[in-house]
Amino acid sequence: MTGSGGHADPAYLLDTSGPAAPPRDNGELVFTAPWEGRAFGAALALTDAGRIDWEDFRQALIGEIGEWEAAHPAGGGWGYYDRWLAALERLVSKSGLVSAEELKRRALLLATLPSGHDHERP
Amino acid sequence: MTTAGQDRLDPALRAEALVSLLVERGLIDQATMDNFIKTYETSVGPMNGAKVVARAWTDPGYRDRLLADGTAAIAELGFKGPQGEHIVVLENTPSVHNVVVCTLCSCYPWPVLGLPPSWYKDPAYRSRMVREPRAVLAEFGLELGDDVAIRVFDSSSEVRYMVLPMRPAGTEGMGEDQLAALVTRDAMVGVAEAAAP
Repeated sequence: MTGSGGHADPAYLLDTSGPAAPPRDNGELVFTAPWEGRAFGAALALTDAGRIDWEDFRQALIGEIGEWEAAHPAGGGWGYYDRWLAALERLVSKSGLVSAEELKRRALLLATLPSGHDHERP
Repeated sequence: MTTAGQDRLDPALRAEALVSLLVERGLIDQATMDNFIKTYETSVGPMNGAKVVARAWTDPGYRDRLLADGTAAIAELGFKGPQGEHIVVLENTPSVHNVVVCTLCSCYPWPVLGLPPSWYKDPAYRSRMVREPRAVLAEFGLELGDDVAIRVFDSSSEVRYMVLPMRPAGTEGMGEDQLAALVTRDAMVGVAEAAAP
């Protein structure tokens, strides 16, 4: 994942220092691509709306991280928000909110749209 | 478990698919979601925790309340919210150094530190800090003497930890704002000390 889709987003072009600078990890933004922020925000919004329980999400995240680490003992290719997104997909499917099949079908549909990714929803 | 086919799709597409379906079905509100993202991108971060530390350094009564009930004392300064329901503050001393990790995922005190940096979520930090904290701290540039005991705290589903670093020497005349500028995120996780003035 390159995160290249985020370069046009004003939120990623803020000042890098001074009191208005967003929280950073030694120069690294909190979210390295817009989709990471969306995955983060979706989990919080679902919790806020009472659709999922945060502890259920945390357990799903622990499960995804544990499975990934077991399958990748050398650690190469790690992506925290990849695990976060997988955990959220797992939980919304398990909770009956949106099935895995629906998620996949929608993603494949979006892939056929001209502007690549990180465009507005159809 | 996510299907293998789904995992191979671009995460940007998957995230967009997920959000669009959730919004269409009225399961989440787009504005609420956007507000959460914006809040953690721009307004919640270690500057909050730095104010807490600076207050504790200058007000002994506040320090006592902070160590007795972190969540309540932190809320006195207006900082509260998700992942801040049960914050425990660990005080560093000349003989005890505290450091925080979440071995299973990424539990972190959001209201005072914002979202965790990538190294905090990295598998290597999460596994090694428990096994060999002195070596990992040295890699962060923090060499502790053998007379300093290191205590590693693993965040759980309930508790979020924050380290109260030692006040640096030579800061006696400084006010809270000046002191807060010396308090880094790394110092409040316990992988560094507060900066010298």
